[in-house]
Amino acid sequence: MQSQTTDILIVGVGGQGTLLTSRIIAQVAVQLGYDVKVSEVHGMAQRGGSVVTQVRYGKKIYSPIIKKGEADVILAFEKIEAARWLDYLKADGMVIINNERVNPLPVMSGKAKYPEDIHEKVAALVEKTVVVDATDIAARCGNVKAANVVLVGILSQAIGLPVEEVEKAIRAIVPGKALEVNQEAFREGRKLLEQTV
Amino acid sequence: MKKLMIGNAAIARGAYEAGATVATAYPGTPSTEIVSNFAQYEGVYAEWSPNEKVAMEVGAGASIGGARTLVAMKHVGVNVAADPLYTFAYTGVNGGLVIVSGDDPGMHSSQNEQDNRGYGRFAKLPVLEPADSQEALDFTRMAFNLSEEYDTPVMLRVTTRLAHSQTMVEEGERTDLPLKDYEKNAAKYVMLPGHARMRHIEVEKRMLKLGEYAETTPLNSIEWGSKEVGIITSGVVYQYVKEVLPEVSVLKLGMTNPLPQNLIKSFAEQVDRLIIIEELEPVIEEQVKSWGIKVEGKELFSLLGEYSPEMIEAKLGQAKPVRSYGLDKEIPARPPLMCPGCPHRGVFHTLHKMKLAVMGDIGCYTLGALSPLDGMDACICMGASIGSAMGMEKARGEDFASKTVAVIGDSTFVHSGITALIDVVYNQGTSTVMILDNDTTAMTGHQEHPGTGMTIRQQATNKLDIEGLVKAVGVKNIRIVDPLNLVELEATLKEELNRREPSVIITKRPCVLLDKIPNTVKYYVDEELCKGCKLCLKVGCSGIYFIEEDKKAVMHASCVACGLCPQICTFDAIKKVEG
Ligand SMILES: Cc1ncc(C[n+]2csc(CCOP(=O)(O)OP(=O)(O)O)c2C)c(N)n1
Repeated sequence: MQSQTTDILIVGVGGQGTLLTSRIIAQVAVQLGYDVKVSEVHGMAQRGGSVVTQVRYGKKIYSPIIKKGEADVILAFEKIEAARWLDYLKADGMVIINNERVNPLPVMSGKAKYPEDIHEKVAALVEKTVVVDATDIAARCGNVKAANVVLVGILSQAIGLPVEEVEKAIRAIVPGKALEVNQEAFREGRKLLEQTV
Repeated sequence: MKKLMIGNAAIARGAYEAGATVATAYPGTPSTEIVSNFAQYEGVYAEWSPNEKVAMEVGAGASIGGARTLVAMKHVGVNVAADPLYTFAYTGVNGGLVIVSGDDPGMHSSQNEQDNRGYGRFAKLPVLEPADSQEALDFTRMAFNLSEEYDTPVMLRVTTRLAHSQTMVEEGERTDLPLKDYEKNAAKYVMLPGHARMRHIEVEKRMLKLGEYAETTPLNSIEWGSKEVGIITSGVVYQYVKEVLPEVSVLKLGMTNPLPQNLIKSFAEQVDRLIIIEELEPVIEEQVKSWGIKVEGKELFSLLGEYSPEMIEAKLGQAKPVRSYGLDKEIPARPPLMCPGCPHRGVFHTLHKMKLAVMGDIGCYTLGALSPLDGMDACICMGASIGSAMGMEKARGEDFASKTVAVIGDSTFVHSGITALIDVVYNQGTSTVMILDNDTTAMTGHQEHPGTGMTIRQQATNKLDIEGLVKAVGVKNIRIVDPLNLVELEATLKEELNRREPSVIITKRPCVLLDKIPNTVKYYVDEELCKGCKLCLKVGCSGIYFIEEDKKAVMHASCVACGLCPQICTFDAIKKVEG
């Protein structure tokens, strides 16, 4: 067991399924015998607002929320959300960005522009930046909704969680009929980072 | 074996283990999952009550009837339940009663951030504040014992961060308790002035005894560290203190009303610098200061919002400077918005177009206030829409009323809209009221309510007939329309606004998230016909967007083909995919 704490920030748009991802990662940490805390977002922001879920594990965890500048990994389900939360990343942290664009309200109403190249800006600032097309990969696995499990694959590889433990957690958390697609999505996600890093 | 649980699930578990057999609630973030989790246990009764006052009253009855009872609501719900709560604090309990207040510092999902520890002092209730899910379970169990031992309802005060954080919990066994005997005892339960005067004496005696209990209870404890700084704190803020100030001495209060005066005094004497860190109101600080103790609190920490570890570190610790990339300033905000296909969108598009004054209410439809829909003038609390439309009319006259509507959701109408509608009829208002019936309590995550005809356990039950109710109140003009049929909606509104009588327009269409049947219809934008006028963007829907380079609108994958934007496009460019 590592002695330090692992801090993961999972950000996205309400309704994108960030909660499932955080629950799988947290479950793995429980299986490995860590103390774990997860801070979730329920309520209004789930209606398409900016949401952040925080997972912390280690020997002993006090705060359920991560301090600015301390996250080991930021996993962003949407491009601009990665930028919104970037100050939470620690100096040598990793950012994983799903190459997905979801227009926020000010963009829809013409009051703001969507910064298309935002993931490139992040990559220019953060050495360990990975951009993936999780939605496409999930579609190839049989269901776009499994994009969040593709991201579990990438994330779990990034923080060095054992494959068998993650698969066990997925079996425990993902409902029966969606399981097969999700397992496939997980393996594809896992492979992706092996190739990139 | 330990497992992860959100605070709310742990509270439900604690109540179950304590032998509670009745639980009541009206949903409200961050309290909703408490009673929905409790309802999963077998052999217990749980209900969604129509509002918090009823939840409190059913709870009081169950307690008088001898059952251990859990009542849960969000902070503002306690305002609604306050009337029975204050006097139930006089009668005391038979079976233990625990009321959970879900406070929302930072207003993640609320219209204010009142600190309900104030209720503890005002209504003279013991208040417990857990700091993680294990404590949420343990304190709930203890709260039932305290309730019976001291003959008082007990408030368990949690905040959003506790309610919605998962931490490790070790479950215990349920204690099956026999129902307590019920004996008629009018002097205790009938609060006539003569009886109440006697009960008030009991309340004050009880507070003194609880004050003694507070001195020795394991709920309050000191963790000694360096004596240079001593911190008094409670709830989840305790975790932030431990995270960033591991070296200081901490007096952790699990019980914040009444306070352990001697324990605090002796802690104060032993440290060089005493600091109280509490989110929101200086509830502990003002009392401690009133005892003549020198302490710092709100001069360091804000009255506003939710605290964080770095906030505490910045004031008292060794904060490292955090590098800022500054990218967050470059990107647009992302407020919540109505889902693609939301039936409320048609309503607010129309209200905005007709330039009406809209007295709004609380629910998903409050999002109709945001640009580009911009469809709301006021929104105060649940149920306020109809009363405030009536007030506008009485202030500004009937002509103004013919340009004003009250807009209220189905769950909110049942919660607290009915009495205001009675006022409109009784006091001869002419208000036009829209009840947006989407067959659920959507904002808080789709709970059943009396109008859905289903119980908290998803079993069929008697269904409230909203239309029949409105008629019974005395409203003669009742119209039912589809909120996504814009022509019909606008025509109906015009007719009813011009009528110098009260009218109710019920818009009927289920919440799109409840619609399990996939829509086989699909739309596309005909590139030839699209003139790039952006009119379709006026509905504020993420199901359609605009490509600036091409000057064309396109459908997004999230479109559910509700058919709203095709009605708005003046060039007929949004078309059904054939076949
Ligand atoms: C007194 C009080 N109780 C609970 C809440 C939490 N809450 C906000 S909106 C809402 C209900 C919304 O349901 P409905 O009126 O049917 O509108 P919908 O969200 O379905 O559009 C609830 C329970 C609150 N704000 N105030």
